[in-house]
Amino acid sequence: MKQFIEGSKAVALAVKLARPGVISAYPITPQTHIVEELAQLIADGEMKAEFVNVESEHSAASVVLGSTATGVRSFTATSSQGFLLMIEVLFNIAGMRLPLVMTCANRAISAPLNIWNDQQDSMTARDSGWIQLYAENNQEVVDLHIQAYKIAENKEIMLPVMVCMDGFILTHGAEVVDIPDQTLVDKFLPAFELSDKLDINNPKTLGAFADPDHYTEARYAMQVANDNALKIIPQVADEFKKIFGRVSGGLIEGYRIEDAEQVIVAMGSVVGTIKDVVDELRAEGKKAGVLKIVTYRPFPAEVVYRALKDIPQIAVLEKAVSLGASGPLHIDLKSVLCGREGKISRVSGFVIGLGGRDITKNSIREVFDSLSKEEVSCKFVGLKLG
Amino acid sequence: MKEIRIHARAGQGAITTAEILGQAYFQENKFAYAFPHFGAARMGAPMNAFVRVDENPIRLRSQVTQPDYLIVADPTLIMRGFDCYSGFKADGIAVINTKEGLDIPQPKGKQKIYLVPANDIAMKTIGRPLGNTVLLGAFSAATKEIKLESLNQSIKERFSGKTADLNIEAAKQGYDYIKSGKT
Repeated sequence: MKQFIEGSKAVALAVKLARPGVISAYPITPQTHIVEELAQLIADGEMKAEFVNVESEHSAASVVLGSTATGVRSFTATSSQGFLLMIEVLFNIAGMRLPLVMTCANRAISAPLNIWNDQQDSMTARDSGWIQLYAENNQEVVDLHIQAYKIAENKEIMLPVMVCMDGFILTHGAEVVDIPDQTLVDKFLPAFELSDKLDINNPKTLGAFADPDHYTEARYAMQVANDNALKIIPQVADEFKKIFGRVSGGLIEGYRIEDAEQVIVAMGSVVGTIKDVVDELRAEGKKAGVLKIVTYRPFPAEVVYRALKDIPQIAVLEKAVSLGASGPLHIDLKSVLCGREGKISRVSGFVIGLGGRDITKNSIREVFDSLSKEEVSCKFVGLKLG
Repeated sequence: MKEIRIHARAGQGAITTAEILGQAYFQENKFAYAFPHFGAARMGAPMNAFVRVDENPIRLRSQVTQPDYLIVADPTLIMRGFDCYSGFKADGIAVINTKEGLDIPQPKGKQKIYLVPANDIAMKTIGRPLGNTVLLGAFSAATKEIKLESLNQSIKERFSGKTADLNIEAAKQGYDYIKSGKT
């Protein structure tokens, strides 16, 4: 049913629809309304799950690691510094091949202290083995959470999935969202069955010691699972469309890129703002477009290449930077496009919107304008110096 | 597309006000996007909430810098030199919560400014100096953007029981205050 609802509350409803048995969170800022709302739903008896309040984000991640390992569908959410405190456990969750789903409400990292939006937090887990999906709007946020469990729990994948949504812009933004019906979600997402689970009647161990003779193979298996995810994520999106009648998720989404001469590649809510600018530029006769990356890990190299190979001027616009190099997405894109056939003449990298700096339509126009000039690898847009 | 900017201090209910307004637009089958921007992220710090509304889903995520409509929930911001009129459109409409003795800057050009003693009205109707729903009622009458009926429906979605009834009465008082031409 369509509702006018805050993003975080919409996520809580989506998580409820997935019927998790355990939710764990550390109730401090930076937390989100997501877990507040879930705690309320459970306290009100509207949702059957165990809510475990813990003493740190490290413990929150550890609780859902454990509960998933016993075969119970689980959920947690965090943001910013809390995310960083979880990181050791996040790598373990991926390494143990536990199909957990979590939300990262994207926010900046200290220092300097900043509570506002950018995507540096989730970027720090880029290499963890987690699948990372980035949402443009709150409808997509809801749909991705429901798809996330199906992706994670696929036997050919068995990796955790992180749904990333821009802090404040989406988490605290209220808009019209179609919350799916429980019966349809139950049809789409069957009950969770974990074949190798922790069970007191059949003792096993998980995440045990792997010597140099075995460690490489365990990591290789995760790489293979990521490759499998590239095939399965579009299938999950197709099945979602069949049941819910809505195109959502998948690997990438192109907007007016077919005949485009200039394309911005971006992730998350900024894509909406870029779409508005693309429409304005098209009305002025300029061939502009935008390519949205929905699935950032695994990186869909081949579909990205096919979408961009005939675009002369490409900009990567991102809310994170690998300090000392350039933006992480820019680095990924360069490696995908390097030495390949096509009409690409330049791939420029731009960093924007750090720590909540407002991204205006004018700043997007500035990026399109500068694309016809010399190639840049790490230009900070709207920098105030001196 | 119409853009609304609310000026308040953190803790005064500006986000709720924006969400109630967005919900009222939703009642009229429009697409709204209501969102906050915090300053120092502390109670009492100046902050904004925004509503952007259109016939189609809103994709634009930037803050509202050239509002069609202004709602000033705390006029002490103006007294402290805060420029609530920044970027205010030449034909814009502002609804400002006020009380006696406040010196509100004059409108320019075709701008219309409505001064409403919203906290005083709220004290009489709700029993607390929370003038947000009074201001929304006044907004409905001043801008004709949303029907009072849609606003009432939206208030019922947000609050229940007596709180909903009192806020619906507060919105009506705000609406009537503008209609009576007192401002």
